[in-house]
Amino acid sequence: MEWLTMTRWSPYAAGIGIGILSWLTFVLSDKPIGCSTAFARTSGMIERLLRGNKVLEKAYYKEFAPRIDWEWMLVFGIILGSFTSAKLSGQFKLDWVPSVWAAAFGPQPVTRVVVALLGGILLGIGARWAGGCTSGHGISGALQLAVSSWLAAICFFAGGIAAAFFIFRVLG
Amino acid sequence: MLTNLHGNRKAQLFLGLAAGFGFGFLLEKGGVARYDVIVGQLLLYDFTVVKIMLSAVVTGMLGVHLLRSLGLARLHPKPGSWGSTAVGGLIFGLGFATLGYCPGTISAAVGQGWLDAMVGGLAGIIIGSGIYASLYPRLRAGILSKGEFKVRTFPELLKVDPWFVVIPVAALITAFLFWLEKAGVT
Repeated sequence: MEWLTMTRWSPYAAGIGIGILSWLTFVLSDKPIGCSTAFARTSGMIERLLRGNKVLEKAYYKEFAPRIDWEWMLVFGIILGSFTSAKLSGQFKLDWVPSVWAAAFGPQPVTRVVVALLGGILLGIGARWAGGCTSGHGISGALQLAVSSWLAAICFFAGGIAAAFFIFRVLG
Repeated sequence: MLTNLHGNRKAQLFLGLAAGFGFGFLLEKGGVARYDVIVGQLLLYDFTVVKIMLSAVVTGMLGVHLLRSLGLARLHPKPGSWGSTAVGGLIFGLGFATLGYCPGTISAAVGQGWLDAMVGGLAGIIIGSGIYASLYPRLRAGILSKGEFKVRTFPELLKVDPWFVVIPVAALITAFLFWLEKAGVT
């Protein structure tokens, strides 16, 4: 069982595993793997706690009801699966600042968290605007040969590469 | 198709959790629970993300289309438009580079103990989704419907049996991955 405690697998082993997992979700749940809708539902659930049931009248939440569903459980499962894998290999560690960020912008947690928050806001808006994320469009949509998903994946990386070069080669 | 199972809400919640567990395990083992690896991909010196995604697409595409041909699965391709998919995709890209995680990998990063992901990133994605929900009625009436795609998939677009697209795309992606390895791209 050495493979369970390895710190890294070949990216192809991980990728083929994710591909096989997608066969299972199509057959057993009639669903492609995706993550970003769960965050929108969570946002609706939090807003409902703060503002009450009138949140349910928002057009968006009529289409994507703020409740726990298959995909929400999937996202929760990712945290547990990653935690288990990291614990088995000794990779789990509480940490604030990744080393590539620290090398360019310093080791202060505050800067990193504020930028992560801003990045998260853009990511949340963009994922819902495009109707999916790196999993829903980039893997699941691409494997279904969806026109929207191939275009989305190209835009994710085009925007991401341009922004990363600006952040690390111009600002950093 | 297993329609009874698909309609069983409790079983589906459990299956979602189980699939997520597997997905998270594979993301962590693949190395993409790490900001450094994802930013390395966007700065084009570490191709781990592309290798994982493309090998998942080839494997998934062959299997899911086979299951569909056998009548065991159906596809769920998403609709799209230039105003929704391309504009949203570029906004996503800006967020992807700024945050250094995407919605799936940030969940894996939280599982690995990354507090920037938990405190900053998760909160940001939830706030961003809420902002989008508030903008949605105006966007829906405007930009989202600009340049709607008439068909959902490439086989529909080309008016051919899906296998005529699946096989060449699988071959091209596989050839590209072999080329990456041969060129020594890490």
